[in-house]
Amino acid sequence: MPDPVSFGPDLADVFGPSQTDGGPDLVQLLTPEGERVHHPEFDHDFSAEELRGLYRDMVLTRRIDVEATALQRHGELGIWAQLLGQEAAQIGAGRALRPQDYVFPTYREHGVAYCKGVDPLRLLGLFRGVDQGGWDPNENNFGLYTIVIGAQTLHATGYAMGMQRDGVVGTGDPDRDSAVIAHFGDGASSQGDVNEAFIFAASYNAPVVFFCQNNQWAISEPIERQTRIPLYQRALGFGFPGIRVDGNDVLATYAVTKAALQRAREGNGPSFVEAYTYRMGAHTTTDDPTRYRLNDELEHWKLKDPIERLKVYLRRNGLVDQEFFDDLDAEAKELGHHLREGCKALPDPKPLDQFGYVFSEMTDEIAAQRDEFAAYLASFEGSHS
Amino acid sequence: MSTQKITLAKGLNMGLRKAMEDDDKVLLMGEDVGKLGGVFRITDGLQKDFGEDRVIDSPLAESGIVGTAVGMALRGYRPVVEIQFDGFVYPAYDQIVCQVAKYTYRSQGKVKMPIVIRIPFGGGIGAVEHHSESPEAQFAHTPGLKVVACSNPVDGYWMIQQAIAHDDPVIFLEPKRQYHADKAELDESATPEPLFTSRVVRPGSDATVLAYGPTVKTALKCAEAAESEGRSLEVIDLRTLSPLDMAPVYESVRRTGRCVVTHEAHVNLGMGAELAARVTEQCFYSLEAPVLRVGAFDTPYPPSRIEEEYLPDLDRVLDAVDRTFTF
Repeated sequence: MPDPVSFGPDLADVFGPSQTDGGPDLVQLLTPEGERVHHPEFDHDFSAEELRGLYRDMVLTRRIDVEATALQRHGELGIWAQLLGQEAAQIGAGRALRPQDYVFPTYREHGVAYCKGVDPLRLLGLFRGVDQGGWDPNENNFGLYTIVIGAQTLHATGYAMGMQRDGVVGTGDPDRDSAVIAHFGDGASSQGDVNEAFIFAASYNAPVVFFCQNNQWAISEPIERQTRIPLYQRALGFGFPGIRVDGNDVLATYAVTKAALQRAREGNGPSFVEAYTYRMGAHTTTDDPTRYRLNDELEHWKLKDPIERLKVYLRRNGLVDQEFFDDLDAEAKELGHHLREGCKALPDPKPLDQFGYVFSEMTDEIAAQRDEFAAYLASFEGSHS
Repeated sequence: MSTQKITLAKGLNMGLRKAMEDDDKVLLMGEDVGKLGGVFRITDGLQKDFGEDRVIDSPLAESGIVGTAVGMALRGYRPVVEIQFDGFVYPAYDQIVCQVAKYTYRSQGKVKMPIVIRIPFGGGIGAVEHHSESPEAQFAHTPGLKVVACSNPVDGYWMIQQAIAHDDPVIFLEPKRQYHADKAELDESATPEPLFTSRVVRPGSDATVLAYGPTVKTALKCAEAAESEGRSLEVIDLRTLSPLDMAPVYESVRRTGRCVVTHEAHVNLGMGAELAARVTEQCFYSLEAPVLRVGAFDTPYPPSRIEEEYLPDLDRVLDAVDRTFTF
């Protein structure tokens, strides 16, 4: 009997059981204990102001999430997709963007939206049911939330191909050179569209960064159900670099995303960033994670909290004083108030609004249905006097 | 006035060329559309003249083709996507019905989605499975998509340009078995009829036959045959399936009192069902007989050796017309 053909190491040896430290290739600049460490390729000299800014962004982003979750519990939102624990991944990526860069989000990118200048109140409309994403994508270069998993990675790739044709890639002018970032989760990595996006982006050398927040769980399906190798290693098979960054380390996420975006802007094509993180909350407010994961796992990841580790670093190095925290606390309270009051004041659409915007111009067919429905509604007027 | 005789394939090719000349934001995307000129040669010569950045040979991934076109449209381009054959559109179905069709609605009109998705559709070419289907009802049933079907070379030339210039997504159906069949006289200086309108292509007084795409030719043959039997059929080429242009249809049926719809797609829940319902609602007191439908059976497309027995042909349509006179 011939020897079995070897294709290399057993996959279990490569991937092993579920990891929580991200493995040896994880890029990290700030440890969970708040120690600054250095990386030969992705280091960055952060000013005290930058560090305070990143901390502030994460705190405010968490506040958005906490307020929205509470609003859902109070019945003001139908559902909310929580980001608790993923603040560093989103703020790091969001702050690495330039104004001309374009974001294609999934439905959990509240921190990136905040970085792009979208009023957090606007994010609530979709979840409250008053609109389907009320912001103008071109106003902040922040696309509409996309519910179908992974569909937006293709939109991102096409948009990036458009940038190539517009001559805003590789010009050497930092105000002109542009890139696209596509956000998605570990579950989306199994979707055909995401894999097709990788193929298109590689084939056309499109200026797009695929930014995967691997938060370990796709609703109740663990990462082991999506892949047998570390996700970032897939990129090589598509012909572009992949890198795994500590997604709970805002400094590393910022530095790695910045490098990936710069690579794209300069015309060197796509790359894949796997932000290795953890969803500390539920998938959405309808979910019950206690049915599928152990509390120990959550407790372990709480020790890696992205906000706490930067707080420790700032304090230890004397970069903040009590006034900074007091001011930030006041700002967070104000933001919470804005969301609570603003959410309740979001106007409900009118019954006839549903006929608008099916097309860029209303068709006679839809206008006839609208008019008929308007007459029907009008027939009730005065009947409850 | 300069005119020339052209095929449907030539009309579409000329129309695409004109659209690309008129607007440099127009891009063609699809499998084999570049060097090969498409498997039906509809895009022949366009990559040579407009370059690889505007006539884009795509990887073999339909969802990818349509999904990247969405991104292109968001960036301000006007992508014209070629799906190689009707049965291959399904891998792109999600992108078409969930993204292309919904983006304008989701953005409350802030974003336009001027994408044309060209689909060679229908049977009769002796092909293997998935190459002869008629998926129009699936798209006409989706709010946010407009669906049109050309039936002749002159319409092919004008309608493709109008679809590309239109700001909403258009599913553009091309009857593939007529690409290289009949020639017609094209006058490029003429003023075309608006895109979303139906047209009486043969006037008549005894019964109305509704058709689109490949069955327009069948319906016209029926009208010829019926005439020799002393019966006058009015044939209407619907041209647009969503939105439907029903005014000429109602006017015709109120006059003739009889209506037969024919299409290559399955009868169950197809365009014929919608047309029959609308005609019945609006022309009830004028009808001498129920609206009859002649289409394909509710089976998968059969092996091509028996497709002649599956597709609505002259005899089956004439038989339906005869039946409307028995009530």
